[in-house]
Amino acid sequence: MEILGEVEESVRELREYFKSGSTRSVKWRKTQITALVELLHDHEDAIFKALNQDLGKHPVESYRDEVGVVAKSANNSLNCVEKWMAPKQSHVPLLFFPAKGELLPEPLGVVLIFSSWNFPISLALDPLIGAISAGNVVVLKPSEQAPECSSFLANTIPQYLDSKAIKVIEGGVDVCEQLLLQKWDKIFFTGSPKVASIVMSAAAKNLTPVTLELGGKCPAILDSLPNPSDFRLAVRRIVGGKWGPCSGQACIGIDYVLVEDKFKNVLVDLLKRIIKKFYGEDPKESKIIARIVNKHHFERLCNLLKEPLVQASIVHGGSVDEEKLFIEPTILLDPPLDAQIMMEEIFGPLLPVITMNRIQETIEFINSRPKPLAIYAFTKDETLKRKILSETSSGSVVFNDTMVQFLCDALPFGGVGQSGIGRYHGKFSFDTFSHEKAVMHRNLCLEIEPRYPPWNKFKMQFLRLAYKLDYFGLLLHIMGLRRYN
Amino acid sequence: MFDAEAASLLLEALRGTFASGRTRSYEWRVSQLEALSKLVDNCEKQIVDALHSDLSKPPLETVAYEIAMLKNSCKVALKELKHWMKPEKVKTSITTFPSSAEIVSEPLVLSLDPVIGAIAAGNAVVLKPSETAPATSSLMAKLLGEYMDNSSIRVVEGAIDETSALLQQKWDKILYTGNGRVGRIVMAAAAKHLTPVATRRIIAGKWGCNNGQACISPDYIITTKDYAPKLMDSLKIELEKFYGKNPLESKDLSRIVNFNHFSRLTKLLEDDKVAGKIVYGGEKDETKLRIAPTILLDVPQNSLIMKEEIFGPLLPIITVNKLEESFDMINSGTKPLAAYLFTNNKKLKKQFVMTVSAGGLVVNDTTVHLATHTLPFGGVGESGMGSYHGKFSFEAFSHKKAVLYRGFVGDASVRYPPYTNTKLRLLKALIGGGILGIIRAIFGWS
Repeated sequence: MEILGEVEESVRELREYFKSGSTRSVKWRKTQITALVELLHDHEDAIFKALNQDLGKHPVESYRDEVGVVAKSANNSLNCVEKWMAPKQSHVPLLFFPAKGELLPEPLGVVLIFSSWNFPISLALDPLIGAISAGNVVVLKPSEQAPECSSFLANTIPQYLDSKAIKVIEGGVDVCEQLLLQKWDKIFFTGSPKVASIVMSAAAKNLTPVTLELGGKCPAILDSLPNPSDFRLAVRRIVGGKWGPCSGQACIGIDYVLVEDKFKNVLVDLLKRIIKKFYGEDPKESKIIARIVNKHHFERLCNLLKEPLVQASIVHGGSVDEEKLFIEPTILLDPPLDAQIMMEEIFGPLLPVITMNRIQETIEFINSRPKPLAIYAFTKDETLKRKILSETSSGSVVFNDTMVQFLCDALPFGGVGQSGIGRYHGKFSFDTFSHEKAVMHRNLCLEIEPRYPPWNKFKMQFLRLAYKLDYFGLLLHIMGLRRYN
Repeated sequence: MFDAEAASLLLEALRGTFASGRTRSYEWRVSQLEALSKLVDNCEKQIVDALHSDLSKPPLETVAYEIAMLKNSCKVALKELKHWMKPEKVKTSITTFPSSAEIVSEPLVLSLDPVIGAIAAGNAVVLKPSETAPATSSLMAKLLGEYMDNSSIRVVEGAIDETSALLQQKWDKILYTGNGRVGRIVMAAAAKHLTPVATRRIIAGKWGCNNGQACISPDYIITTKDYAPKLMDSLKIELEKFYGKNPLESKDLSRIVNFNHFSRLTKLLEDDKVAGKIVYGGEKDETKLRIAPTILLDVPQNSLIMKEEIFGPLLPIITVNKLEESFDMINSGTKPLAAYLFTNNKKLKKQFVMTVSAGGLVVNDTTVHLATHTLPFGGVGESGMGSYHGKFSFEAFSHKKAVLYRGFVGDASVRYPPYTNTKLRLLKALIGGGILGIIRAIFGWS
C-alpha cells in the first residue's frame, strides 16, 4: 500500500512539473544532458566498481559497452537536439493555397523506462538521454538484478539532474506492478519477451504506446572466405561478439553460428585458439570475462548443458564454478535442434555451431524460427547478401562484423516480431519519445465554396477534380467551359 | 461461423503466400493498387448506395470524403512507391521490410485507406470492416473478393465473435480504428503475441462532414465572451444556408449511424445541466434517426457532453474571458486527435502551436489536413498511436531494417581482450574524438 502511495505521488508531481512547461526549453534539455556527461566523468570509477560487483566486468569492457556508449550518445544529442526540435516543413498541395504544413515534434509527457541488468548503466542512461532530449519527464526503474548499479543510479542521478523531472525508483516485482498501474504517456522497456507481454498488457489499459527492446536467437552466418586472413578476422569478430559483451549475456550477442560442414573443423580450431589468446589458459582467473549475473541464470545455463545429447556435443570448455557463478566459454558442435539450447535464447557463454551442406540453407533455417534482433553474415558473395536482405526479417543485418550496429547513431536499434517493437539511438531515440504533431496554417482570405452544403452537381464535379489535383480541369470547370457526360 | 479455428486457417494460408515472397515484388504491389483504384472507379455507384443505406450519407459527401480520397491515396502510392521502397542511405543503410497485417475498422475510407498502405508496403492483409455499417461491409467483402489477389488480401465480415477469433491469432501488425474502449481490448490481445498496434479513435462527426460523425470534426468551440453572440449569429445563418429551414428534411445531412448512437446523443442533450443551454436546433426524429444541427452555449465542464467525445451534430460553445485560457482547458482534458484555431493574431498562433498537444493542429480551417497526404494522420495519448496517410501509411506497415556493411580491413584490436590500461585510454580518446588524443594513446604518452 505504502509503495503505491509513493509511486502515485511521484507520478502526480512529475505530471504537474511537465505541465509547467519547464522541460520543453532547449536550455533545460541541454543542461540536463551536460549534467549527465559530468556525472559519468565524475563517477567513472564508481561505475566500474559497481559493474564489477554486479557482473564481474573488466573496466575496459565497462567503458566500451557502458560509459563510453552513453558519453557518445550524450554528446551526439547535445550537438543535434536543436536540429531535431525544429519543425519540418511539409509540402502542401497548391489547392490549399495559401497554406503552410509542418511537422512539429513535441514531448509525450511522463515516460517510464525499465532498464535491464546486462548493461545496467547504458540501457538505463541511453534511453534517458532520448527522453530528456525530447523534453519529457521520466521515471527510471533500474533492474534490481544488478543491485549495485541500481543503487548507484538512485543515489547519483538526483545529485546531478533536475529531480523534479527525473526520478529513479528502485525495487523488485512489487514496485514494477505498482508502476504499471499508473497512466504513462510512454513505456520504454528492455528485457525478456515474457515480461514485455505483461508490460504491454498493462499499457493497453491506458492505450499507452510502448517501445519494447527484446532479444532473440541472433545467428551468425559464416560463408566460405577463401582468403585465410579474412577468415581469421571473421572468427575474431565472432569471438568478440559472443563472449565480449557481458559474457554472451547481451541481446544482440551472437547466439549460434551457421557454417558449411566442410569448414567446421577449421572454425572450431580457430575459435579455440582465439579464445586462448583473448582470455588466457584459465579464463576464470583472467578477470577479463564477465560472470553470470545470478544463481537463477547460472542454473538455467547449466541445465541447458545437462541434456545428454547436448553434453556430448561439447567440443571446448564446459566447466562451471557455482561459487563464482562462472561458466567457461563453451563451444558445442551440432547439438540436437530440438534441445532446449536451440529453442530458447541462450543469453550466456555457450556457442552452438550448426553445420549445413550449403550456405544457402541458412536462410530457411533462420526463417523457420522467430525473428531475431540481428543477423550477422560474414560473406563476400553479393548474391547471398541480397538474399539475406530480401528474404529474412530481423531488427538489423550486419555484414562482416558483430555488435557495431549498436554504436552507430545513424542506424535505428530495435527489433521486429518477437525481438521487439520500436527503435532508438540517436535521432531515433528522440523520435521514440516525441509525438510529431501535424500543423497546418491557413488564413482566412480564400475559401473553397464547394466544400460546403447544400450539395449540387457543380460541387460534386469540383471535388472530383480537386482531389485529383487537376488544376487545369478545375479552371475550366469554374469557368463553365467543361462538359461531362 | 468464423471461429478461432477458421481464423487460424485463414492466417496460415496468408502466411503461406507471404512466405512465398509474392507480395514483396514491386509488380505485385502495383497490380493490387491498380486493381483497388479500378474497383473504386467501377463501383462508385454501389459504394454511394451502400453508404446511403448505412448512414443516409449524401452522395456528394461520399464522393468528396470517401471515394476521392481513396483514389488520391492510390494515386500517390502508385506514383511514389518506387521511391518509398528504396533503401534509405544514412551513413549506412536502412531497408524497409514487409510483414503480415490485420486491419479492423470503420466504413469505407477508414478501412480501405490503410489497406493501400499495407499493400504498398508488400504485406498480406485481413480487413475486418465495421459491422455497424452492414451494407458497406458486405459490399467491401464482395468487391475486394472480385478485384484483389485473394491469396493475400481477405475480408472477414462479422461482429464481436469474429473479431475476437481474429484477435486470438498472431499478427505482425494490427491497425484499429474505433473507440478507446475497444482499442484497449485490441492492444491487450496484441500484447500476448507482442504485436505492434496502431489505434485511432473514431466514430461518426459534426455537420459538414457526415453530420458531425467524423473523428476530426470540431467537438466544441472556445471563444471570448464578447465574440460569442456574433459567432452564434453567423453559425445560425450558415446552417440555414447549408441545410434550409427544416434540417431534419434536408437530404444534405447524414443521419446517425444506429439507434444505439442516437439514444446516446439524445441522452447527452437531456442531461439536466445541458437541456437549458440549447440556443439553436435540438429537433430530433427517432424513426429516421436524424438530429438537427444543435448549438449549445456554455455547458458546464463537468457535464457528460463535455467529457465524452460527442460524435454527433451537437456543438457546444464555451466562452472564456481571454483566448489564452482556452489552451489550459484543452490541455487539461485528454489529448485530442485534432485542434483548430481561428485567429489572425500571430502571437496566439505561435502559443497554440507550441503548447497545445494534439494529433494534428490546423490554424484557420477545419478537417482539411486529412486530405493532405504529406501530413501524417494520427493521434497522441488517448486519441491513438501511430499515424498514416501517404508515405506515413507505407511506414506504418513496414519495418525499417538497419543494415550495416563492413569490410575485412581496419580492425581495431582495442575492441578485444586481453584488456589493458592502454586500451582504455585509446577507447576514451576514440569516443572523445580528439585526433591528438588518439595518437598520444597509441604511443602510450598520456
